[in-house]
Amino acid sequence: MKDDITREERVAGLKGMGCSRKRVEDARFTQGKGNYVDDIKLPGMLHGDFVRSPYAHARIKSINIDAAMALPGVVAVLTAKDLEPLGLHWMPTLAGDKQMVLADGKVLFQGQEVAFVVASDRYVAADAVELVEVDYEELEVLVDPFKSLQSDVVLREDLVAEDGSIPNGAHGPRKHPNHIFTWEVGEEEATNQVIDNAEVVATEEMYYHRTHPCPLETCGSVASMDKVNGKLTLWGTFQAPHVVRTVASILSGIEEHNIRVVSPDIGGGFGNKVGVYPGYVCSIVASIVTGVPVKWVEDRMENLMSTAFARDYWMKGKISATKEGKITGLHCHVTADHGAFDACADPTKFPAGFMNICTGSYDIPVAYLGVDGVYTNKAPGGVSYRCSFRVTEAVYFIERMIEVLAIELNMDPAKLRSINFIKKEQFPYTAALGWEYDSGDYQTAWDKALAAVDYTGLRAEQAQRVEDFKAGKTRKVMGIGLSFFTEIVGAGPVKNCDILGMGMFDSCEIRIHPTGSAVARLGTISQGQGHATTFAQILATEIGLPADSITIEEGDTDTAPYGLGTYGSRSTPVAGAATAMAGRKIRAKAQMIAAYLLEVHDDDVEFDVDRFVVKGAPERFKTMKDIAYAAYHQAIPGLEPGLEAVSYYDPPNMTYPFGAYVCVMDIDVDTGVPEIRRFYALDDCGTRINPMVIEGQIHGGLTEALAVALGQEIAYDDMGNVKTGTLMDFFLPTAWEVPNYETDFTVTPSPHHPIGAKGVGESPHVGGVPCFSNAVQDAFRPFGNRHTNMPHDHWRIWQTANSLGMHG
Amino acid sequence: MSNKMHVKLNVNGEDHEFLAEPRELLIYALREKLNLTGPHVGCETSHCGACTVTMNGKSVKSCTVFVAQADGAEITTIEGLGSPGALHVLQEAFKEHHGLQCGFCTPGMITRAAKLLEENPNPTEAEVRFGIAGNICRCTGYQNIVKSILAAATELNAAKEAAQ
Ligand code: FES
Ligand code: FES
Repeated sequence: MKDDITREERVAGLKGMGCSRKRVEDARFTQGKGNYVDDIKLPGMLHGDFVRSPYAHARIKSINIDAAMALPGVVAVLTAKDLEPLGLHWMPTLAGDKQMVLADGKVLFQGQEVAFVVASDRYVAADAVELVEVDYEELEVLVDPFKSLQSDVVLREDLVAEDGSIPNGAHGPRKHPNHIFTWEVGEEEATNQVIDNAEVVATEEMYYHRTHPCPLETCGSVASMDKVNGKLTLWGTFQAPHVVRTVASILSGIEEHNIRVVSPDIGGGFGNKVGVYPGYVCSIVASIVTGVPVKWVEDRMENLMSTAFARDYWMKGKISATKEGKITGLHCHVTADHGAFDACADPTKFPAGFMNICTGSYDIPVAYLGVDGVYTNKAPGGVSYRCSFRVTEAVYFIERMIEVLAIELNMDPAKLRSINFIKKEQFPYTAALGWEYDSGDYQTAWDKALAAVDYTGLRAEQAQRVEDFKAGKTRKVMGIGLSFFTEIVGAGPVKNCDILGMGMFDSCEIRIHPTGSAVARLGTISQGQGHATTFAQILATEIGLPADSITIEEGDTDTAPYGLGTYGSRSTPVAGAATAMAGRKIRAKAQMIAAYLLEVHDDDVEFDVDRFVVKGAPERFKTMKDIAYAAYHQAIPGLEPGLEAVSYYDPPNMTYPFGAYVCVMDIDVDTGVPEIRRFYALDDCGTRINPMVIEGQIHGGLTEALAVALGQEIAYDDMGNVKTGTLMDFFLPTAWEVPNYETDFTVTPSPHHPIGAKGVGESPHVGGVPCFSNAVQDAFRPFGNRHTNMPHDHWRIWQTANSLGMHG
Repeated sequence: MSNKMHVKLNVNGEDHEFLAEPRELLIYALREKLNLTGPHVGCETSHCGACTVTMNGKSVKSCTVFVAQADGAEITTIEGLGSPGALHVLQEAFKEHHGLQCGFCTPGMITRAAKLLEENPNPTEAEVRFGIAGNICRCTGYQNIVKSILAAATELNAAKEAAQ
């Protein structure tokens, strides 16, 4: 046989890995034909809405639902009393704690779910919510975790024994009724010894404020209990649909095979949609009670007040070095405000996530991390907002400590980083706090970044600007923000990562159709990352069928293989690996079929782009299309018919993407307004599957970093009132505030990943936050600034300038 | 509630008549009564623009328009902009330049962008950024959205010139 197209054309025709394939999702999204949870409409469907607590801490004396029930169109009003017989008034959290589904005797944060109204439509439900009378007795409110640890006010009476003793929590002993856990990693004594005897020590306290992922689509679910067949179907905004099915089964007692969970299109997640929320549970119960489908979709205020906050870490650091700038030790203590219930979404054995990546990209011989979790009267959550389990906090911490140490040493912070980078030849590198970094070449990336922005030139310009400012020639100061980050993503090895006991593997199942097209199903779920596009590219390269002939499906637990879902940048590292491995199983069988068809030994054929060729005789080949056809159309001795494969992938290690970012900012000291003049982002995510999609992820992640660093926060007053409950107060940047970003890359493949990919979706957020923050802080460094807390909104920047005497 | 109003709308060229409470919002009528689920709800407070439609020649946030206010209006939603075989230039441009990720803001964003290009066929980058500042996107960082809109403007202008 002869081919009329070249090998290059065959490669291009596959649209496999490495090309900027256009997204297959876009046709439906651009035409308004996405199918999000609120678009689901079922016959007879009812609508649920919550009565929520106006108080942050109060006892409930009574709930009167009579007036609400009397309203035409109201079908049910559920309270904790109705859920109690089913054992559903409380539910387990992902962090080993439990959480009230509906207020059981008291409320612990403003916006807490008190009763669930079920009515014919949304307007009636909202009217009925107003008619439910709840009599509260206010209690003392604790919003400060430090005060909470000293207070006699017990927030969680359910966690104190009758004799007043404090039983252990899910993560060991607790020191106080409002204390959740202490988590320690590393060697405290040895670290203290090094720091006490060091030539130079820098200490700093910093607060990483509470914020929220706030995807454009809020959370919601539609539950439909089919009583005839005993089947429950649940559609919802789930970043981990399979886990939701297991949890729903455990909670409801419905056997798992009788539950189908579907994540339809998801309008952004960023961590918000990892948790299991009372609304999901209530929609299920309401459907079971009423026998018809029930929809619950939260509004924006409910989203910001009650589901999934992020961060809220009070961090205290000590870092020591030689006079020449070689870091010798690092000590970090965190007081973690977890709100009213510990509902953090972390792997079970990591109550503070991967905060122990806080040694960053640096070779630090000895380190210690201690984290104390604390209950307060704030919403539960603690999700990884566009990051892998507290990595954003860790990277912010170390990148601020480096800057502070540079001030202490009177050294350029870029140089200080260079002195301390883990060297290329040290990989795989075991950090003082236990992680084994897979691969990296930090210095090369750093040098490339500094050269790209002309770092020396920028520093000279900044020095001139300081002169000009002091001479009264300008009112604008200039900041150069640096950050070098290493992420830890792709959770993770089953041996140390699980959620509710389920190992954090992921999966892919492939079916090749007789005519040479295919469907692949995965245990993950896209929320905008474009999995349907990129996973098909991985497969195209692995199995030699065009990406355009491969359908990717996710999110339906009846059809997809079990997986732990999409968050923590785990889709590419884990499900991407499963995809490649399943593809290789297909290829292995295809090789046998090809050899049979070509009448040679299995070892005498080899894979080439889209076909198997006889070694040394490239004119003798069978394309994957031919092979697929043969797999279904002829008996092949010794082989089962068909061409299918499934792979469950347990990663041997995490992956460690890294990057070097530089931000140049001009700040008007009289208005406090920062202008981002330039942002350069170099990312190394290992093998690049789709450069267009990678770049899009970086733009988006940086913009979310900008938001967090420059203004976005969930703030409470002393009474526990949420001050930032609408988009009026909660900062989401618009096109007007956001700069154009310059993106760049190096490629250091992961040695243990089948295709060498590391994941990228969260890197720009993780690296971006310290970069924006450092730019603001660097602008004021020549005037005496050492550290100020985020978010750097205009008012706070103005205050910084004012406190440094820059207003005359 | 019994005091329902008789409302007439022309949506994407089709006439509709229905009864609605005066307090009913336009976005609700479009999504729940007319099954046009392209426009989305992101905030219900006029901040995010996910619900953007064109009403009587102006971009409006349909989450803060009572359907009673819209009585007699001509409305275009994303569903009225292009069809599967003949996408609007903006729909093509968003696909081409990766102007969307989760797609939740996209219908409102494209509907707004279409109006913007009618109002100002030759916008500068700054004018595009200002012109879509009422539409929030949480995924893309806007860079590729701006690129898509500028590319669409160029294409629309070229088509206009060719037609002359
Ligand atoms: S839903 Fe209308 S502006 Fe947000
Ligand atoms: S693409 Fe997700 S909000 Fe814009």
